[in-house]
Amino acid sequence: MSTLRSRSVEMTPAALPTLVRSVWPLLVGVGVALALQFFAKPVIGDFYAKVLLDIGTSIILAVSLTMVNGFTGQFSIGHAAFMMVGGYVSGGIVYYGSLLAWGSADMAGGALSSMIDGREAPFLTWGDALFAGSLVAGGLVAAVCGYVVGLPSLRLKGDYLAIVTLGFGEIVRVLIQSQTSDVLYTVEEVKETAWYLMPTKVGGALGFSGLPFYSSLFWVFLGVAVTLLVAYRLKDSATGRAFLSIREDEIASEAMGVNTTQFKVRAFVIAAFFAGVAGGLFAHSIGVQLNPGELGFLKSFDIIIMVVLGGLGSISGAAIAAAIVTILPELLRNPEPLLKMWPVLAGLAAVLLVAAVVCAMTGRRARSLVAWMCIVLTLLGLGFGARAAAAAGHNLGDYRMILFALALILMMILRPQGLFGVREVWDRSLWKGIADSFRAPPKKGGTNK
Amino acid sequence: MLVVRDLVVNYGAIRALHGISLRVDQGRIVTLVGSNGAGKSTTLRAISGIVRAASGSIVYDGKPIGRMPPHEIVRLGIVQAPEGRGIFANMTVEENLLLGATVRDDAAGVREDWDRALALFPRLAERLSQNAGTLSGGEQQMLAIGRALIAKPRLLLLDEPSLGLAPQVCQTIFRIIREINERGTTILLVEQNANAALRIADYAYVLEVGDIALEGDAKKLAADDNVRKAYLGVH
Repeated sequence: MSTLRSRSVEMTPAALPTLVRSVWPLLVGVGVALALQFFAKPVIGDFYAKVLLDIGTSIILAVSLTMVNGFTGQFSIGHAAFMMVGGYVSGGIVYYGSLLAWGSADMAGGALSSMIDGREAPFLTWGDALFAGSLVAGGLVAAVCGYVVGLPSLRLKGDYLAIVTLGFGEIVRVLIQSQTSDVLYTVEEVKETAWYLMPTKVGGALGFSGLPFYSSLFWVFLGVAVTLLVAYRLKDSATGRAFLSIREDEIASEAMGVNTTQFKVRAFVIAAFFAGVAGGLFAHSIGVQLNPGELGFLKSFDIIIMVVLGGLGSISGAAIAAAIVTILPELLRNPEPLLKMWPVLAGLAAVLLVAAVVCAMTGRRARSLVAWMCIVLTLLGLGFGARAAAAAGHNLGDYRMILFALALILMMILRPQGLFGVREVWDRSLWKGIADSFRAPPKKGGTNK
Repeated sequence: MLVVRDLVVNYGAIRALHGISLRVDQGRIVTLVGSNGAGKSTTLRAISGIVRAASGSIVYDGKPIGRMPPHEIVRLGIVQAPEGRGIFANMTVEENLLLGATVRDDAAGVREDWDRALALFPRLAERLSQNAGTLSGGEQQMLAIGRALIAKPRLLLLDEPSLGLAPQVCQTIFRIIREINERGTTILLVEQNANAALRIADYAYVLEVGDIALEGDAKKLAADDNVRKAYLGVH
C-alpha cells in the first residue's frame, strides 16, 4: 500500500536537487529564447521571425487565460483588456522614460532586443532594463485591475465573471479611445505636463505611436518560458489542485474547505498579470501600433478560441492552439510554404488512409487514424483554397473569423472537449486511439466503443 | 454538539425549510430521513455554510456558525461528503484525497489520517493514480467519504451515501459508516433509504416538505407501525 508518508518522502528530495529541479526549466527556457534570438532568427528570416514573435505573445495570452477558464472553470471574456492595460502602462513607461532619460524615444536596446539583423549594438543596455522593468510594471498594474474586477464578481457562483469582464474590456477601450490629447514628442512638453495628466497622453483613438520596438524573440520566449513554468508548477501545487477542484465541482470544493472566492480571485489575478506582460510585449512588437480598437472584444475572443480549441484545462493544448490560430491567417494569406509540402501532406494522408482501411478490415479501431487523415486533408484543402482565392484576388485570411467559427462548430460536434481535453500532449491516454489501431483487435463480445 | 433551532432556508421565493430544529449529540449517529424534496440536503448544506439560512440558529460546540463561510466551518471539524459524491472526476484519486487536507496544517496528522482512510478503503489505495471519474459508483462513494475523513471531521455529514449503489455495496458503505462512528466521529446521515439508515442510527428525524414530522429513537421509529407504513414502504 502506498502510504502518504512514502509518497511524501518520494516527493520531497534533498534541498540541492530541489533547487536544481526548479531552476533548470527556467535555464532551458532562457537557452531556448537565446537560441531563437541569435541562431534561429537569421536562418528563418525577418518575416517568419515576426510570425514567431506573434506566436509567442499568443502563447502567453492563451496559457494565462487557461489558468482562469481552464483551471478554475470560470469564464472570462475580457482578457484583451488586461493586455491593453499592460500594454499602455509598459508603453508609457518605456516611451516617456526613454524621452526623459535619453532625450529620445528611439530604441536604445542591445542585441537581445533587436529584431533587425546586423545591428551594431552591445549585448544588453539600460534600454533593455527599462523595457524589462516596464513589462513587470504593466503586469502588476493589470494584476491590480484583475483583483478589483475579480473580487466582486468571483464572490458569486455562475457566469457573472463573463459579464463583468466583458464590461471591463469595453470600459478600458472606451476610456483610452476617448482621450483627445496627442502623444508628447519632446522632453520639454513632457516636463511642462503635470505628472497626473501623463496617463492621458497616450494617443487616444489614434493609437500610441512612436513606441520603440523592443520586443524580440528573446524577450517574448523568455516570457513564454516563465508563463509555461508558472502554469505547470501551479497545476501541480496545492493551489492548483484547489483551482481544478472548483472547476470539477464547486460545491464539493467548498465542502472540502476550499475558500473558492479566494482561489478564483488568485487565479484571475495571476492570469491578468501575464496578460499584462503579453500586452507590454505586444505594444513593443515590430509592425504594431498600440491601438485601443485592436484590443477590444474581438481580441479577447481570439484568445478564448485558442483556449477552447486546445481544450479547456490543457496548458500544452492552449499553447499549440495559440500557435495554430496565429499561423493560420498568415498561411491563408500566403499558402505557398504549405503548398510546397503538398506531396508530403498528400503522402501522409494516403498512408493514413491505407492504415485506416487495414485497421478497419482486421477489426481494429480506425477512428483516430481517419480523424488525423481528415485534419491533413483539411490543411491541404485550405492551402489550395487559399491559392485559388489569391488567384481570384481575394485573401482567404480576411475570412478567418468565419473559418474559426466553423472550426468551433465542428469541434463542438466532433470533439467537444477540445483538441486535448484537460490532458497534456504527452499524456499517454490521449494517444490511446492511435495506439489501439496497432494493437490486436478487441475480443468479440467485449465492450465496443 | 450541534444544535439547530428554527432553521429556515429559502431558495429565491421557495421556502425549502420551514423552521426545523434538531440536535446531534457527540458520538452518535443521527439520521435525517424523508423523501425527495423534503429538505434533507438543504439542511446539510445550511450546516456546512454552503447555503445561507434566512433565519434560525446553528450552534456547534456552543458557537454560532450560521454566518460562517464554508471553509471556516470545515476548519471547525464539520465536514460534508456531498450528495452525488461530488468527486473531482478529472483529477486522480490521490489528488482528490489530498484536497481533503485543504484546511489541515499538521502534516504528521494528515499522514496518519491518510493511512487510516486507506486502511478503511483498501480499494482506493490500489487506484491512487487513476482518474476519479473512472471509478465505479461504490468506489466513488468510498472516495468521497475517505476524502472527508482526511479533513479530520469531528462531525461528519453524509448526504445520501447509498444513492445509486447496488444493495451489496450499500451494505459495505453502511458497515463502514458504523465503523467510522465507533472510532469516535459523530455522524449526521441523510438518507432516502430509511430502512438502512434507521438500522445503524441512534436517533432519527423524519423530514416532510421542510418540516420535522417525527423524531425519536431510531430503533423505536423503525419498529413503529405507522412509521413503517408511511415511510418505510412496508404495508
